[in-house]
Amino acid sequence: MLVWSRPWRIAAWALAVPLFLIVYGLPVGVIILASFSGQWNDILPSNLTLVHYAKAFRTDSYDALRASLLTGVIASAAALVCGTWAALALRALDRLPKRILDLFFFIPSAVPSVSVGLALLVAFSQPPFLLNGTAMIVLIAHFILISAFTYGNVTAGLARIPADCEQVAESLGARPFYRLRRVTLPLLLPYLVAAFSLSFALSMGELGATVMIYPPDWVTLPVKIFALSDRGAIFDAATLATILGVATLVVLLGLSRLSTKAMTR
Amino acid sequence: MSQATVMERTPAARHFVASAASSVADGSRIGFENVSVTYGALTVLESLTLTVNPGEIVALIGPSGSGKTTALRAVAGFVRPSAGRILIGDRDVTHLAPYDRKTGMVVQNYALFPHMRVEENVAFGLRAHGANGDLIRKRVPECLAMVGMSAYAKRYPRELSGGQQQRVAIARALAPKPQVLLLDEPLSALDAQIRRSMLDELAKLHRDLPNLTVLYVTHDQSEALTLANHIGIMRDGKLKAFGESQSLFRHPPNRFAAEFLGRANLLPVSDLEPTDGQMARVRFGDVTLSAHNYHGVAASGDCLLCVRPHDFRFSHNAAEPNTISGTVISVQWQGDVHCITLNIGGEEVRMTSAPMSSPPRIGELISVYFNPAEVTLVPEDASHG
Ligand SMILES: Nc1ncnc2c1ncn2[C@@H]1O[C@H](COP(=O)(O)OP(=O)(O)O)[C@@H](O)[C@H]1O
Ligand SMILES: [Mg+2]
Repeated sequence: MLVWSRPWRIAAWALAVPLFLIVYGLPVGVIILASFSGQWNDILPSNLTLVHYAKAFRTDSYDALRASLLTGVIASAAALVCGTWAALALRALDRLPKRILDLFFFIPSAVPSVSVGLALLVAFSQPPFLLNGTAMIVLIAHFILISAFTYGNVTAGLARIPADCEQVAESLGARPFYRLRRVTLPLLLPYLVAAFSLSFALSMGELGATVMIYPPDWVTLPVKIFALSDRGAIFDAATLATILGVATLVVLLGLSRLSTKAMTR
Repeated sequence: MSQATVMERTPAARHFVASAASSVADGSRIGFENVSVTYGALTVLESLTLTVNPGEIVALIGPSGSGKTTALRAVAGFVRPSAGRILIGDRDVTHLAPYDRKTGMVVQNYALFPHMRVEENVAFGLRAHGANGDLIRKRVPECLAMVGMSAYAKRYPRELSGGQQQRVAIARALAPKPQVLLLDEPLSALDAQIRRSMLDELAKLHRDLPNLTVLYVTHDQSEALTLANHIGIMRDGKLKAFGESQSLFRHPPNRFAAEFLGRANLLPVSDLEPTDGQMARVRFGDVTLSAHNYHGVAASGDCLLCVRPHDFRFSHNAAEPNTISGTVISVQWQGDVHCITLNIGGEEVRMTSAPMSSPPRIGELISVYFNPAEVTLVPEDASHG
């Protein structure tokens, strides 16, 4: 702690906790509360109900949840494979070419997602690259937006794995692929899990690019939430937002347990 | 720990050691032929030529940055020479990938695979070579017994002390029966006491595996003197001296070798005059001394007289031959020895002696002598070295 004396420390907490609750807690609390409310005219809602949830799982909102989860998993898995592969391949390069390629990988994460969406829309609206109106174009957009993060995460992980382990493995007779499978990837596992988690969370919340390109049969949850709130169906939007948050959280918690297990094995 | 020691003493363990000895591949020669390594404009290894004979331990010593690790990694295949050839046995391995070289490598920080149990670490090399399960089940306990780690097979590396981890690293390197064993400062990360006992165990290991060829890199001269048959002394990427350990210690060929190996006193002497056999007379100030001219330094030249601190004895008669006198600058008691620094004719000279009940006092004038056969004349290098 930066504050030493006891009264000042209490004062610091007294300031920090309410601030934290207002900035982070209030919006989340309101969304969750709204998802259960039938009417909200006073300071607190009245007629608490589960009808929004029932609706969410009966209507096309369920398809949106499915589309989001599938998009998140597929795009993150693809980004993980490509990002890891790129990070491993570029590791051996000299400093200058590596810097240039690092930059190349970094660009998509620096460009606003709306621009990425628009660029894809323009690029893939003509044969032979006609992907407009397909789920594929959504997957590609998400892949572009998150692959930079996987690449960055895996590169950081590679720099941190014990330096001599791989060379010792090689001198023991391990050929490159065997070494990769038995030494490099297992040592990298915590970073791979972290990379996947981050990608998945990003993909689940992606709106900017998706809203430019989504086809009618592949509406993701954020797009659906945006549409509902645009129509004024705030309670339904809040319900889907809660479901989105919970679904993401469940996946991330599962992954983090996996990663802890890998670390302490 | 105690359990492992017990294991080691049992007849079964003895048998393991014996059978393990016969099952290590016959050692192969390691040959450096004019090997140079450069990084850009920087030459870190300059035309190194050196042979480690089968079954021998050769130590490379030298200050940090002198190119020892580079030389070792060139044998393992992780450093590509810009010139020269490297041989293991009769194979030219200069352009072979590391995994095809059949070397065992042990590094300073152990580099055990943290995600594998001890037994899996040791089995790694066997599996990488496609060994079958029977062989692995036989060979892994053998190797763990060799280093006294049988009781720890199921542990993970982080559950072991540094010394134990290094034993496992050695067992892991030996398991696939390498042709040569490469040790890069294997004891440097251990504390002094463990280092001492590990040194004894490495010596024992080599007695048990007399065919094993070892290249041992260290900056610690006592490790080199304890283990090695031959020692190479490196500096700035060059091999400054190479020779059989005892003879290199007794007759260092140049100033750097004398100072780095055993911190010898080097007295500037002149007017060399050969006497009978390999002996010679030289002048030091206004005293005439005789010494072994092992390297055949040319007559009448200037050279250095190399006297080890323990070669000096106290003299009671300043007129005796080979006696020099000086004033005491400092006296240190270090438990098992007394270290005394003298000023003799403007030179600072260090000597050690058995602990004394009444050591000389600072400022006192004392006389010391040495046996001419035990001290060597060293040519004064033309270069700075
Ligand atoms: N990959 C590298 N790139 C550039 N210089 C290096 C590299 N590896 C080692 N060196 C340099 O080579 C010299 C010798 O290093 P090294 O063989 O590790 O010395 P030692 O093991 O004797 O301490 C050092 O000056 C070091 O800085
Ligand atoms: Mg080194």
